[in-house]
Amino acid sequence: MTVPRPPFIAIGLLSACVLAYEVLLTRLFSIMLWHHFAYMIISAAMLGYGASGTALTLLKEKIAPHFGRVYVTAAMALAFLMPVAFMLAQQVPFNPLELLWDKTQLAKLLAVYLLMMLPFFCGGLSIGLVFWYFGREAGRVYACDILGAGAGSLGVIGVLFLVPPHMVLVILTALALLAAAIATIELKLQPKWLMGVFFGLALLVAVALPGAWLQVHPSVYKDLSQTLNITGTRVIEERFSPLGQITVVESSRIPFRHAPGMSLNATDEPPPQLGVFVDGDGPAVLTRFDGKLAPLAYLDQLTSALPYHLLERPHVLVLGAGAGSDVLQALYHRAREIDAVELDRNIIDLVRQRFHDFAGDLYTQPGVQVHAAEARGFVNTSQERYDLIQVALLDSFGIASAGLYGLSESYLYTVEALQTYLSRLTPGGILAVTRWLSLPPRDALKLFATAVSALERDGVPNPAARLVMIRGWKTVTLLVKNSDFTPQEIAAIKQFSRARSFDLAYYPGMRADEANRYNLLQQPYFFEGATALLSPQRQAFLDRYKFYIEPATDDRPHFFRFFKWNAAAELFTLRAQGGMPLLDWSYPLLVATLLQAFAASVLLILAPLAVSRCRRTLPSAQVALYFLAIGLAFMFMEIAFIQKFVLFLAHPLYAVATVLCAFLVFAAAGSWLAGRWQEAGSRHVALAVMVLGALALLYLAILPGLFQALIHLPDATKIIISVVLIAPLAVCMGIPFPTGMMRLAGTAQDTIPWAWAINGCASVVGAVLATLLAIHLGFSVVILLAVLIYGLACAALRGFA
Amino acid sequence: MLRQNMVEEVLADVAAAAPCSGSATLRPDVIVAMKKVERHRFLPAWMAVLAYLNRPLPIGHGQTISQPLIVALMTDLLQLKEGDKVLEIGTGSGYQAAVLAEIVKSVYSIEIIEPLGKEAAERLKSLGYGNVEVRLGDGYYGWPETAPFDAIIVTAAASHVPPPLLKQLKPGGRMVIPLGAHFMTQYLMLVEKQTDGSVTSRQIVPVSFVPLTGGH
Repeated sequence: MTVPRPPFIAIGLLSACVLAYEVLLTRLFSIMLWHHFAYMIISAAMLGYGASGTALTLLKEKIAPHFGRVYVTAAMALAFLMPVAFMLAQQVPFNPLELLWDKTQLAKLLAVYLLMMLPFFCGGLSIGLVFWYFGREAGRVYACDILGAGAGSLGVIGVLFLVPPHMVLVILTALALLAAAIATIELKLQPKWLMGVFFGLALLVAVALPGAWLQVHPSVYKDLSQTLNITGTRVIEERFSPLGQITVVESSRIPFRHAPGMSLNATDEPPPQLGVFVDGDGPAVLTRFDGKLAPLAYLDQLTSALPYHLLERPHVLVLGAGAGSDVLQALYHRAREIDAVELDRNIIDLVRQRFHDFAGDLYTQPGVQVHAAEARGFVNTSQERYDLIQVALLDSFGIASAGLYGLSESYLYTVEALQTYLSRLTPGGILAVTRWLSLPPRDALKLFATAVSALERDGVPNPAARLVMIRGWKTVTLLVKNSDFTPQEIAAIKQFSRARSFDLAYYPGMRADEANRYNLLQQPYFFEGATALLSPQRQAFLDRYKFYIEPATDDRPHFFRFFKWNAAAELFTLRAQGGMPLLDWSYPLLVATLLQAFAASVLLILAPLAVSRCRRTLPSAQVALYFLAIGLAFMFMEIAFIQKFVLFLAHPLYAVATVLCAFLVFAAAGSWLAGRWQEAGSRHVALAVMVLGALALLYLAILPGLFQALIHLPDATKIIISVVLIAPLAVCMGIPFPTGMMRLAGTAQDTIPWAWAINGCASVVGAVLATLLAIHLGFSVVILLAVLIYGLACAALRGFA
Repeated sequence: MLRQNMVEEVLADVAAAAPCSGSATLRPDVIVAMKKVERHRFLPAWMAVLAYLNRPLPIGHGQTISQPLIVALMTDLLQLKEGDKVLEIGTGSGYQAAVLAEIVKSVYSIEIIEPLGKEAAERLKSLGYGNVEVRLGDGYYGWPETAPFDAIIVTAAASHVPPPLLKQLKPGGRMVIPLGAHFMTQYLMLVEKQTDGSVTSRQIVPVSFVPLTGGH
């Protein structure tokens, strides 16, 4: 059979499906389990791609005569496996909370990982086939592939605003079938009725596949599942967006009574509340408000109420307002004006529209202004000055205490964040941050260390005079003032804490015997820690402390990482003796995933070696190194730059969508360029690497200043600026892969699947490795490493032919 | 034998954790109770083989049976006497209630998840724990008809300690609350009500782990 030209449309469509599926899975897993499984999905995806390369290496001779049919079959298998693999993964009784108690959980995790790999295997197979079969047109094939991927990653985010995630799965299945149908036309496959069958199937799936089959079943240990076990609870509203699935629950028989860490001396009971869950975690609560302040008295019994006892009718900024608890607290304390910032418009709408009666029109009360924005972005662009900035307690106690956040980035609690907050305070203004109490202390001391760093960077001569920390039995509140605390304020702090049996953890001039009076710890850990962090021995204390409590920064924004290997080894030996909960297991899980990815990758690259007939087509060391290097470096660049733009674009989701899409689309443009230049490959690669190296270094130097200067611009303008900044970098990054492929097409076509496999495996490892390196070294170093690795690739290409 | 081993393991853990928890061993009545209560009877049949491992286990409905070490520590912290009246919020499988019932005169237990509460009530009855009464519903207001209590144990997650429960605690009484996620008790909170009615709390990390290298 002669095939006139590559199936450009089908490949773009399939590529879009695969990328969209990858993004979608991170959402589905957030709802089913917890959100930190994202890197596992990226790794599974890359593993699928890598494995498909190996399969091609082994089977290409058998496949060659049936290219078209195999291609269409792979597309169909992708369509089938996207929903089926997820349904099966849901059936695996994997419970991350039991990971360290139950050895079988690791096998279950592996099962989920391998299941999730399957659709990507099929996707990779179909795309790899085209690369191999149409090697000389690699530039244009790659352009279509990447253009599709860009459109898929961006498109799925748009679609997630319109339909619930499980329905997106239906759409993707239909699209993959559509791609199969188009492929039959593009490849002029016989019999012709096959095309009709695929079109029909696509239509049938889109119209008739019951979404209920694909419903996400959250873990029974998630907060929402737990709540719905209680008689009399029912879901009264559901909203979805790529930011999260919101579920509002009413409990008619046993009310929600959310008052986190309320003083043991309190006698108040919260008014009726509705539970608001995001991706099944929570609850945050929507509290009934009828304009009367008396029922809100319980809000004065929380550690977070402290700043209101130091400030007279303040202008308050609440960051992370959610369903409004902190706004109510400000109202109760007669704040003069309240600005509330909440990321998710759906939550604001619930308070403002759907439950406006119940919420007493909270967000339209006189003096209350609500802003749908990301907290850092809002503060950066705001010209206002506030007497009090409250950073709300956003996460749930269970999740925080189970070490589930270990790997997630948070730009809310970095040194630079605190500096920005402090710069927006009026003279004498206060920044208040409340966290859950963890024992031995982790969050609180890390936050304290971060605040000390922020004050030092601001040139404050005596940070000790501007810090106060109190703790209840379940929460800790840190105050940072932009002037020294006065004796009157300190008297008020003591009075507030004494009346509520909260402990003083630190205030300027505090004596050791004032610590640890009401909520007794074996040692006054908080006071000792705070004092040590303010002393010249700070670094020694940070080094000796068994949890990682060095300040988080914008370059290393992993506030919830407390993991240190030494302590982990000790805790692991104590795991049965009660040490388990202190073991932040998300970090070892990342390392385990990296090892698993590495092992799987090595197997995928080495497995074909065992098959003798493949020895003939073995790539040279240079070829292997080249595709390994560009795979790693591309992943490093992409992941690090996504992070770098999160702050500027004021929203992780916009950053992922914009940066990923820009990278893919402009890398596609680079491929297209490479296709036009096919005569003189290595010189162009060297030039591209030089330019991208120079750009990366330049960006590292100028981006922070540039972002600060431009952050006030409207979102759309910022997105355009981001794309303009990424474009030249991405164009350069798009050149090496197809150039290498075309070289092989000319000299050693049989090694193309090898190159494909090696590149895929490098990406499997690269995705996880970038995350791991960033945790330790920061995203800037990851970018520098990427530049170095690109340099290495350049050198490898010289000895290619 | 299995139970004996489990208790010995628990005792070794308690001794090891003494520098942090403050007590080197368990009270004799707690040891006796732990040796006597058949943990395997409180688990689904297929899980019974795991019953005497010192680990928390799932019991269905998204709930867990606590790690024996935690059960022992919590019971110990209550410093129970034979004639005491104890309130438990969160019956779960009923295992904790049975351990309490071995020591004190009467146990009142409230479970929020109906099927779980019914199963536990039947189980406790069939095992002959006539001194345990199980009620279904809201634990927030305690059990006013039989209040006050010498001790209260709150095993259900709560964002705060319900003020009515503190009211139902006798002066000189003790309340214990485990904090953390399922399968992961991070620390235990002991609330003591003084004879003058004021309350203090202690936070106890149930493991011998000091956060600084080089000991305390």
